[in-house]
Amino acid sequence: MVALTPISRKPVRFYVPTVALAGAFAGLLVGTANGSGLLGAVIGAVLLAVLAYVVTHFIDNEKPVRWAFVILFGIAGAALAGVSGAIIGLAFGWFFGWFTYWLYEGRYRARLAPYLTPGQVLWHFAFRVLVGAILIFLITPILVVMPLSFNAENFFTFTPEMLRFDPEGYSLKHYRDFFSSDDWQQALRNSLLIAPVATLLAVSFGTLAAIGLSSEHVPFRRAIMAILISPMIVPLIISAAGMYFFYSRIGLQGTYLGVVLAHAALGIPFVIITVTATLVGFDRSLTRAAASMGANPVTTFFRVQMPLILPGVISGGLFAFITSFDEVVVVLFVGSAGQKTLPWQMFTGLREQISPTILAVATILVAVSICLLTVVELLRRRSERLRGMSPG
Amino acid sequence: MKFTKTLMATTALTVAAGTVGAQEMADEMTIVSWGGAYQQSQINAYADPYQEMHPDVEIVWDESSAEAVAKLRAQNEAGNITWDLVDVVAADAIRLCDEGLAMEIDPDEDLAAAPDGTSAEDDFGDLLVSDCFIPQIVYSTTFGYRTDMVPEGVDAPDEICDVWDLETYPGKRALEKRPINNMEWALLCDGVAKDEVYDVLATPEGQERALAKLGEIKDDVIWWSAGADTPQLLADGEIFMGSTYNGRLFSVIEEQGQPVGMMWDAQIFDLGGWIIPEGLPEDRLARVKDFVMFATDTQRLADQAKWISYGPARKSSAPLVGQHADLGIEMAPHMPTAPDNAKNTFLYNYEFWADYRDDIDAKFQAWLAQ
Amino acid sequence: MSDLKSTGPQTADAPTPEDALHEVAGLEEKNGKSGGPVLAADGTPLKHSLARALRLQKLRALGLIAPLLIFVLVAFIAPIADMLFRAVENQIVSNTLPRTVQALGAWDEDASEVPPEEVYEALYYDFFIAAEARRHTRLGQRLNYENAGMSSLFRGSGRDVDDFREADVEAIQDLDDKWEDPAFWTAMMAGQGGEALIEDRRAAFMALADLDERGVFGDLQCAVSGLFGGACDPAPEDIALNFSISSEIIDLLPLTAMAYADFGVFTVLEDGDVVTEEEPWEAVLVALASDLRALTPEDLAAYEGAARDDLIAAKAAVDQIDPESFAALFTAADEDWGTRSPWLTIATYAPDYTSGYFLNAVDMQKGLDGPEARPENQQIYMMLFQRTLFMSLVITGSCILLGYPVAWLLANLPMRTANLLMILVLLPFWTSLLVRTSAWKVMLQQQGVINDTLVWLGLVDDASRLVMINNQFGTIVAMTHILLPFMILPLYSVMQTIPPSYLRAAKSLGATNWTAFWRVYFPQSVPGIGAGSILVFILSIGYYITPEIVGGTTGTFISNRIAYHISSSLNWGLAAALGSILLAVVLILYWAYDKIVGIDNVKLGG
Repeated sequence: MVALTPISRKPVRFYVPTVALAGAFAGLLVGTANGSGLLGAVIGAVLLAVLAYVVTHFIDNEKPVRWAFVILFGIAGAALAGVSGAIIGLAFGWFFGWFTYWLYEGRYRARLAPYLTPGQVLWHFAFRVLVGAILIFLITPILVVMPLSFNAENFFTFTPEMLRFDPEGYSLKHYRDFFSSDDWQQALRNSLLIAPVATLLAVSFGTLAAIGLSSEHVPFRRAIMAILISPMIVPLIISAAGMYFFYSRIGLQGTYLGVVLAHAALGIPFVIITVTATLVGFDRSLTRAAASMGANPVTTFFRVQMPLILPGVISGGLFAFITSFDEVVVVLFVGSAGQKTLPWQMFTGLREQISPTILAVATILVAVSICLLTVVELLRRRSERLRGMSPG
Repeated sequence: MKFTKTLMATTALTVAAGTVGAQEMADEMTIVSWGGAYQQSQINAYADPYQEMHPDVEIVWDESSAEAVAKLRAQNEAGNITWDLVDVVAADAIRLCDEGLAMEIDPDEDLAAAPDGTSAEDDFGDLLVSDCFIPQIVYSTTFGYRTDMVPEGVDAPDEICDVWDLETYPGKRALEKRPINNMEWALLCDGVAKDEVYDVLATPEGQERALAKLGEIKDDVIWWSAGADTPQLLADGEIFMGSTYNGRLFSVIEEQGQPVGMMWDAQIFDLGGWIIPEGLPEDRLARVKDFVMFATDTQRLADQAKWISYGPARKSSAPLVGQHADLGIEMAPHMPTAPDNAKNTFLYNYEFWADYRDDIDAKFQAWLAQ
Repeated sequence: MSDLKSTGPQTADAPTPEDALHEVAGLEEKNGKSGGPVLAADGTPLKHSLARALRLQKLRALGLIAPLLIFVLVAFIAPIADMLFRAVENQIVSNTLPRTVQALGAWDEDASEVPPEEVYEALYYDFFIAAEARRHTRLGQRLNYENAGMSSLFRGSGRDVDDFREADVEAIQDLDDKWEDPAFWTAMMAGQGGEALIEDRRAAFMALADLDERGVFGDLQCAVSGLFGGACDPAPEDIALNFSISSEIIDLLPLTAMAYADFGVFTVLEDGDVVTEEEPWEAVLVALASDLRALTPEDLAAYEGAARDDLIAAKAAVDQIDPESFAALFTAADEDWGTRSPWLTIATYAPDYTSGYFLNAVDMQKGLDGPEARPENQQIYMMLFQRTLFMSLVITGSCILLGYPVAWLLANLPMRTANLLMILVLLPFWTSLLVRTSAWKVMLQQQGVINDTLVWLGLVDDASRLVMINNQFGTIVAMTHILLPFMILPLYSVMQTIPPSYLRAAKSLGATNWTAFWRVYFPQSVPGIGAGSILVFILSIGYYITPEIVGGTTGTFISNRIAYHISSSLNWGLAAALGSILLAVVLILYWAYDKIVGIDNVKLGG
């Protein structure tokens, strides 16, 4: 990313008060925790104002100063509240070091259009902080789950030992449980067997039907669409009981096939919706062009249409996969012991005996999916580079 | 021990062989239970020794007991019974028996007699609450409280009405999200005599009265629906006291070492046990009967208490209850039926709840949702 | 999610055979006077060949849809329809007590008396076979939903009904051992003319025991389950019963013939035994005694069939006994039978189809004078429906509020950064719903992470920790979190297609930031909001696991009650009625959405 606007150092009257304000806020938090909020705010404001002024006026070298900030705050935190305080202090130190120079050097302006008013700049960053907060809201549960999965006790509780960062409070036993328990391993195998097959089924049938639906001459289009989307609409418990009852009559209950069919049915609406949406933007003259050049319908489909609607198909498939991979109500009914999936095992775990093994499993899944998503993103960038495109 | 076990097993086998004769038996058996520590205790006490004797038998465990009633009904309507033996609570057994989904059993023919020759019917006694039900354990729903949250200078709570005493024992309570048990406790603490509780509860006024009593603490109650909830809430310190199954509290106190105490007053007894689904083909039925004969004999029921603190349903098993398999503590004092614990107990009236469950539940849920 | 943007020109602009058809029609009209129809290259009229092309295209489209449509119809719609049908189905009463229901037809429900003796007598014969087949308790369960106490009434009476009029039974059996001999009975009953009666009883028993006639569909089903290894028993309507009843006996001893036919059908179909080897049950003897008492000696004398002398002897014996009335016997078994309450319930729920479940689902009940409101302390469902709708709206609203800024930022950031942030949006997807819900519990409870932090910071007093879970707030937070990605993804994909230059153009024309956003950008993002909202709303309306765990008493949804009725109370009729209403609400919303926005505009991140 190239800088849009040339940057220059900002005057003292701008950055010192701003840093002081942030310092007051941080001081307020630390102060209330230690007795007096007001005192904390005043100390925070004065301390940071002085620090900001001093480092920008008397020291030229940025790097050591920022390290000094980190260490200084870390020590202060440790003095106030031990290990956890030190960690918070380190984070504060890093932030204020960065914040001071960010403002002082005017770096915040670099990537913004030069004509923006200060109010717009403020809004720009306020908006980002807001979105950041929402994204944190999105991943909070994962942030909670991860440390709890190393809990040494059999409850979903942050024990005092954990909060003190006492190694006694942590253990890997729930991970051992997961890898050594036949139940969990079997559940993992079942999930990995059922979800991809159900996804494949939903995606292949769903894509075909979506292509058919996007043609303009389908009679009863609305009705058909409503039927195909219905698995998403019907409350799950009703679907589960209905399918259980019906599948047991035709001998599908308690078989892999039954669970796969049920999950495929649940995943179909997502595929239909995403693929039809992509097809709305699909230029049909492309297929006609292909046909006029002698391609048969199959070739046309795989060589022309498919690559263009692939993103829709993939995201539909992703939804379908997750639907199956995270589905518990229907499998609870349609499956039997032999088809126990991970969510089912988790459900029994939650209901019958709270065990952080569930959290360990979740952590592993999150780690795996982060790796996968990162790899996909890296591959995408690499192919972009190879094709000589600029990213974005 | 090993010798006794083998001896018992051989006896059981002989008896079983005698009744079943040369009948064909299936080699696979699906047993439905609750999962967790309870199912593990059944595997340890029944399934493992049984499979040792019959290495060719494969036992599949299905953790569907919570949905058992609904699933059995659907299996029955579809005419495709896939389960061989199902662990349910007594109230569900009665319901299943009423629906014709569970097989009627003849205790003296299908269950082993006690070692001293007492017939199974006498040995199980009153616990045979339904024609289809094969009792296995006696458990109780009772209260646990945080010992470290008892206010200073106050005795630990030791009677049921302390649940309502918010002044002496401030803090949240956990109660199960259903009328059963709660309505009885409410009436007991509202001054109704123990033997009149169900008469009072049968009248609309009595139901109102119980709800009004519960209303006194409604704001301080967290309603639980899964068995694992109260132990978790206690471990978090989220509640001061809460009702749950005594086995859960045992595990919280003895196995997990949490600062939790047990209040046995007005514990409400309930039963867990087996039912055999109606309509099994003969070879599977023969196998199940063979297993049940083995798994409900005196020694086996006593063995289960090594892993979980539920009382065996046979009178003759009580003296045989030994030590916990891992912790090595005597299990007898932790049984809900132990004399010290059972000073003031309350008997669950199955007949009453079979009739009034739907009616009172509708009122209870409407009251809850207000 | 993807980097494909909509590719400019839309399909609507491309020519299709249909357009061509219109054009041809126009052309022909123009040329109408001058000459014949326009011809295609092969000489057929162009109109025809275009119509054929159109038909072909339709067929091709249908052919593409057909596999999935059939799959969804079979694997999903059929089970659901089957399930929802239970909301009105109510054959259990007339199947279990057919004769009673018929006899009750003449009873005046408004009168203050209990039904007459005929009804009790009909009840006896119905009850006897129902108890043998263990179906009476099932009916008790069913009626107990409407009237508490029916369950034990039926269970208790089922035990006693074997012993009704024991004196009659013993009197006949004491006469001669023959009466306990199956062969004697077969010989006495055997003959021509009773086929209709036997088939009638077979049908009644099949209804009672829920044995369906197999029919064509059943044969098909048998074939299908055969493919998966399931075996099919012979159809109950085809099993040979191997006993007969003569028309003479039917004329002479109508009740006995009927009871014997019941017994015979039951013996073969239920027990799989042979009639000639089984001793008839007590009800047959009770019927015989009733028949004999009703006969005059002359009637018997005129009878020329088998066992005449035995019958005469039996008549003499039973005439000595003064029979107890069935009404008295039932009342002795349970005093409730002597009151109108159970009879009213049976009469009210006698029809094969009932609106009872639906009435119950809207907090009403069947009264004597049509539907009436339930007592206030039992009204819950309307409130739950309202709450479900309200909370789903709030959840949808908060998803829009939180999702819009995120989607906006994602759509306006460089692809590289946007994709990284997208990982944050997708991550929660990979964490099981159960785990996320539990995590919220850990976060929100009074001794939870948030409260602990607030207390540590001194913002909240330790004694007055915030209550954020087990109420509506907890449900809203947890469900907003769970459903937020379903809002962000469609919004993002729509916003990606809005060129940023529009905003800049608006601003350069003098619009303020707000005006530019509100008048230019926002309207273009509405389809995304619509798509996200309908997704979130529909998904949230049917959720039940999350509200169950974090909802406490005030944060639960109607689905929680549906789940309760399906898995605990077994009141599937009510569950189906509640589910149907919920489904209807969703369908109406779906329809409205389709009308206003169009379902094609739903975009899920494609």
